[in-house]
Amino acid sequence: MAPISYYLVLSAIVFTTGLVGVLIRRNIIVILLSVELMLNATNINFVAFSQYFHNAAGQVFVFFALTVAAAEVAVGLAIIIALYRSRATINVDEFRLLKW
Amino acid sequence: MDSLYYELIPLLPFAAFLILGLFGHWIGERAHLVAVPAVVGSLLLSLLALADVAGGRHTSIPLYTWLTSGDMRVDLGLYVDRLAAAMLVLVTGVSALVHIYTIGYMRGDRGYARFFAYIALFTFSMLMLVLSDNFLQLFVFWEAVGLCSYLLIGHWYERDSARAAATKAFIVNRIGDFGFLLGVLLILATFGSLEYRHVFGQIADIAGQTLNVLKPFGGDWQVSTITMIALLLFVGAVGKSAQVPLHVWLPDAMEGPTPISALIHAATMVTAGVFMVARLAPIYELSPVAMNVVAVVGAVTMVLGASIALTQFDIKRVVAYSTVSQLGYMMMACGLGAFGSGIYHLLTHGAFKALLFLGCGSVILALHHEQDMRRMGGLKHDLPVTYWTFVIGSLALAGFPGTAGFFSKDDILVSAWMAGSLGKLLSLLGLATAFLTAFYSFRLVFVAFWGGRHHDAGHGHEPIHEPGSVVTVPLMVLAILSIAAGYIGIPEFLQPVFTSPAGAASHADLPHGGPMATVIMLAASVLGLAGIALAYLFYVAEPQLPDRLAQSWRRLYELSFHKWFVDELYDRTIVRPTFRLADRLWRRVDVAVIDGAVNGTARAIAWWAWFMRLVQSGQTQHYALGMMVGAVLMLTIYLFF
Repeated sequence: MAPISYYLVLSAIVFTTGLVGVLIRRNIIVILLSVELMLNATNINFVAFSQYFHNAAGQVFVFFALTVAAAEVAVGLAIIIALYRSRATINVDEFRLLKW
Repeated sequence: MDSLYYELIPLLPFAAFLILGLFGHWIGERAHLVAVPAVVGSLLLSLLALADVAGGRHTSIPLYTWLTSGDMRVDLGLYVDRLAAAMLVLVTGVSALVHIYTIGYMRGDRGYARFFAYIALFTFSMLMLVLSDNFLQLFVFWEAVGLCSYLLIGHWYERDSARAAATKAFIVNRIGDFGFLLGVLLILATFGSLEYRHVFGQIADIAGQTLNVLKPFGGDWQVSTITMIALLLFVGAVGKSAQVPLHVWLPDAMEGPTPISALIHAATMVTAGVFMVARLAPIYELSPVAMNVVAVVGAVTMVLGASIALTQFDIKRVVAYSTVSQLGYMMMACGLGAFGSGIYHLLTHGAFKALLFLGCGSVILALHHEQDMRRMGGLKHDLPVTYWTFVIGSLALAGFPGTAGFFSKDDILVSAWMAGSLGKLLSLLGLATAFLTAFYSFRLVFVAFWGGRHHDAGHGHEPIHEPGSVVTVPLMVLAILSIAAGYIGIPEFLQPVFTSPAGAASHADLPHGGPMATVIMLAASVLGLAGIALAYLFYVAEPQLPDRLAQSWRRLYELSFHKWFVDELYDRTIVRPTFRLADRLWRRVDVAVIDGAVNGTARAIAWWAWFMRLVQSGQTQHYALGMMVGAVLMLTIYLFF
């Protein structure tokens, strides 16, 4: 049985990877994937603590998070398709209309 | 309640004001149907009250407690005694006649209903002032009549001159009223009460008390409290009754419609100062200093007003300066302790001066708003009723034997002669002024009504005619009163009011008759006739004479014609420096500091906004970075602080 710190370190690494991906990548699909990474990092945390405290609530929460994430990806991909149709690109640098 | 009708005397005009003020727009040309019955009803009730009071009764009616604060309590109440009743009849009488006259004078005016609303409000305020039983009520309605005067002088507000005159009247009155308010506050501080009867009851205990005027500046100058109160209140009277040095507003107030000049600026409001001094006689009698000040100011006003009236050409201004002069007579009489004589002259003057103003109005109306007497002449054939009533009014003003003005003026001069050495001097001044008065009033009559025509009214196409019975009937009624008021025993009626135990030199104690009284009476008559004769010589027999005299006495003529340069003096010393100060304040404080601060705030925010909008790059990832930094910061604060 691995100590909880392993899980937490893993989660932190995955979260940071996701965060950096969101901040530096230009491809919107990759950004969306990175957001998924951050979500899953939190899911790892939930599950790890659920096991650590012998409390099922954390695992139940993860199911909800996965469901919402799936829905979110569906919406996100739809938006990306719409963006692609209008601009023929999915490079996030090209979408900067909302500025002063 | 048997005395309900006392309340109705002021309330009827007030009701008329409310109706006309609220619904005047729809009432329009029928406004007089509301105002005239109300004021006439008020007049009838006043006559009832007079009959009541003549039976020796005086009544105090508390209406309600107006305000309480700590120990201070002010009731709104009515106090009806012989003095108040006489004033009631004067105010409602002149007001009723002026209301009727206005129907003719203001016909077709755009502000017809508004005009009636304001004169009804004025009548109400003046009645409440006369009926006051405490100083605060006196002050409030003192201000209210000033407000009505302002509104009515500015009735034709399209004219620049009317607006300027209204503002001038208001500001000059405010200066006086400030002194009046200080006097009222000093009374409150000294007596702890504002009711006449409490104050008059305690006044003997206060007599020796003094007050350090220079205390705030660390000095020491003890002044008798009573003197201080009397003088401060008198400042208010100086403003309201157009005494020197605050007389400048009254002649300018002639910009208002003529009925107003008759009602407010001749018969009632301007006499409020005299009335106040007489009403507060118990205070004034205890302060010889204040009495002397009142007498001297009155005498100076009397002489100055008459000397200016000699050379004016605007008929209303001549009558206005004669009002200033006659108010000086009344004030002088009060200052010499002859309160009864002062009020007597106030009442007779109310009748004949209202008559003269309404006569002027009739002339002005007939000549289509011509006011310069040099462009009149020969009017006695065209306007016979106006002419004859005007002559009666002028005779009364000149003190022609047999008229009311003769009796009241003679009463003042005799009482003044009896009142010590100052009184003797002022009495002689009064005699000299009586001569001037006779001269200028008949100058007006001869120039405007006699001789050839100099006017081009209607360019000779339409004949000049009398303006109709609503105008002529009030003239005739006032003409009768200008004579009859001398025979109905007003001094005897007023006598009990001023025989207080403290009254050292009150009218009643004076020995009437005596050889000196006869001499003064004869002198006044002779001087009056001489004045009339001189006016005849100057303006009928020898018409070039005035111009020749004016040429050879250039300086004196200029002095009189330019009203002793008082307006110019005030303009230089007060008005223009005030404008300059205001200009500086506007540029240096308003624009630089206040606007600077406000605009500066806006400019700082605009600059900051310009800087901050750079954050809005439109780059999604910049925003994501912002979110991350924010989250990290919040976590840091949460975990470590």
